[in-house]
Amino acid sequence: MERPLTQHITFPPLGLRQYEAVGGYQAARKAIRHMQPQEVTALVKDSNMKGRGGAGFSTGMKWSFVPMNVQGPKYLICNADEMEPGTFKDRWLLEGNPHQLIEGMIVAAYAIQATESFVFMRWAYKVAAEEIRKAIQEAYDAGYLGKNILGTGYSLEMHLHTGVGRYMCGEETALLNSLEGKRATPRSKPPFPQVSGLFGKPTIVNNVETLCYIPHIVNKGADWFQKLSLTADGGTKIYGVSGHVKNPGAWELPMGITLRELIEEHAGGMQDGYRFRGVLPGGASTDFLVEEHMDIQLDFAGVAAAGSRLGTGTMIVLDDQTCPVGFVHNLEHFFAQESCGFCTPCREGLPWTEKLLWAIEQGRGRMEDLELLESQTRLLGPGNTFCALAPGAMEPLQSALKYFREDFERHIKEEGCPYNHHHHHLHSTGHEHLHR
Amino acid sequence: MLSTVEKEQIEHEIRQVPVKKAACIEALKIVQEHRRWVSDEGIQDVADILEMSPAEVDSVATFYNLIFRQPVGRHIILLCDSISCYVMGLNALHEELVSILGIKYGQTTEDGRFTLLPNPCLGTCDHAPALMVDHDLYRDLRPESIANILEKYT
Repeated sequence: MERPLTQHITFPPLGLRQYEAVGGYQAARKAIRHMQPQEVTALVKDSNMKGRGGAGFSTGMKWSFVPMNVQGPKYLICNADEMEPGTFKDRWLLEGNPHQLIEGMIVAAYAIQATESFVFMRWAYKVAAEEIRKAIQEAYDAGYLGKNILGTGYSLEMHLHTGVGRYMCGEETALLNSLEGKRATPRSKPPFPQVSGLFGKPTIVNNVETLCYIPHIVNKGADWFQKLSLTADGGTKIYGVSGHVKNPGAWELPMGITLRELIEEHAGGMQDGYRFRGVLPGGASTDFLVEEHMDIQLDFAGVAAAGSRLGTGTMIVLDDQTCPVGFVHNLEHFFAQESCGFCTPCREGLPWTEKLLWAIEQGRGRMEDLELLESQTRLLGPGNTFCALAPGAMEPLQSALKYFREDFERHIKEEGCPYNHHHHHLHSTGHEHLHR
Repeated sequence: MLSTVEKEQIEHEIRQVPVKKAACIEALKIVQEHRRWVSDEGIQDVADILEMSPAEVDSVATFYNLIFRQPVGRHIILLCDSISCYVMGLNALHEELVSILGIKYGQTTEDGRFTLLPNPCLGTCDHAPALMVDHDLYRDLRPESIANILEKYT
C-alpha cells in the first residue's frame, strides 16, 4: 500500500539534499518550469482533493477563486496551528518531513502566483518550528525560495510565524487578523480571503496535510490520487486515535477505511478492562459516533451520513470508565474559554452551557436542565453565530444528549456522578488570573 | 523603556510587515522574552514604538493565552487540560502538581520557581497525558514521574 505523505518521514527529518535524493523538489521544478499556474490549479481540482484541515472543501476550487490578473502582493498561508483538541497529525508531518511541506507551499504559491508565504504555527510545536526554520533556510540556499526561483523569474518569500496560543487562530479569517498583529476574531465573509485576505490582498490558507499532498499530485497525477482511496474522496488520509485503546497513534491509510478497522486493527482495540462507548471522529467539535456506526467508511460523505463530520480524522475514544458528562464538560470548558467573545451567543452561551454541565456533573442538576441544554444546541447552532466555533461546540453535546442520555439522567436522579473518578476543578483557569 | 536589544529586535520585525501595527504580537513576544512578562510599562513601550495606543496594545496582549500580563515564575508549567489528557489521567497529574507545588492554576510558587497553568491541547494526544515545562514536552506521564521532572528546573 502506498503512503505518499509519510513514507519519507524520519526523526530527525531528511535534509534538503536527502529529500532531493528521494525525488524531493521534482514537483516544484516540474510545476514552475513546465506548467502554467492555471494548469496546476486545474490538476488539483481534477484530483478532487478535499482540504484536510476539517472543513473538507475542494482545494483546487479554493485556489481557483483567486483573481489571477491583479497586480500587487498575494499570499499563501499554511495553517499549522493544529489546536483542535485530540488532533496530532500535522505535528507528525511538520517534524518528520518539513521539506515536503515547503515544496507543497512553493507549488501552491506558484499556482496562485503568490509573492509571499507564511507558516502559521502554534506555540507548543517547538521541535516542528525548529525543523521548519532550518528547512526554509535550506530551501533559500538551494534557490527554491527567494528571487528568480530556478531561473524562471518566479519569486517567493517564506516566513515562519509562531503564535501565542488561541484556538480561534485556526479559523482562517481569525488567523489572518492574528498575522496582522490583531486579536484573532473572525472576519465577515464575503469578501472571502481568496479575494481580500491578509492586508486586504488575495490569500489562500491551507492545512499542513493538504499542502503536503500537493507535490505528490503534481508528480503522479489526479487519477493516481483518486485510486489511492476506497471512495470518491480521493487520496490517503492520516487517521489518529487517542484514549484507552491498546495502541494509540496516527496512521496514513486509504481514505474510506471503516471505523472498525481503524479502532480494532490499527489502534489495537480497547485496553483490557475498558469497553468502547463512542468516539469523536474528527476532533472536539464533531458529533459522537457509537457502536452502530462501526462499519461506516471514514470519508467526508460517509461520516456526514452518520450524522457527524470527518473533521481532522483524529479520533478521541470514550470508554465505559469515563463519565460522558464529565467528558462533554471538559469539551465545553475548552470552547467557552477559547470563544473570542466577539459575538454574543457564543460569548454568553458557551459559559452557560459549561455551568449547566458542571452542575449536572456535581449532582446539582435538574431534569429541566436537559431541555435547556437541548435548546442551547439549537441557539448556538449553525446560522446563529458569527463563525463555526459555537456550532462546533454543540456537536459533541447534542450527540451526547442523544446517545448517553441515561448517563445525564442518572447524574440528576442520583445527585452525583456515578463514575468512580476524581473531578477536575476547571472553573478557575490561570489565564483569567494572569489577565486580571 | 525598551532596551537597545529589544528595540533592535522589534525594528527588525517592523521591517517584515507593511504596517507597523502588524508587528504588535511579535513585539509583545520580544518584550516577554526579555522580561518574562508584559507589565503596564511594557505595554506602553510597545505602544510607543508601534505608534499605537496602549489600550489597543493591551487588547491584543490580553487576547492571547501565552502573553502574560502578571509576573510569572522562572519556569512555566503548562498542563494539557484537553480531552485526550482528561480521559488518560489529567486529574491525577493535576492533583500531584498541586500537592508538590502548593499552588493552584494561575499561581506562582513563593520562591518564584514555577507558575502553573492549564493549556488547551498540546497536540500529542496519542501520548496523553502530557505537559510542558518551558520549551520541553513530557508525555505518557504518571503522577509519580512529576517530582523527577520538576527537579531539573531550578
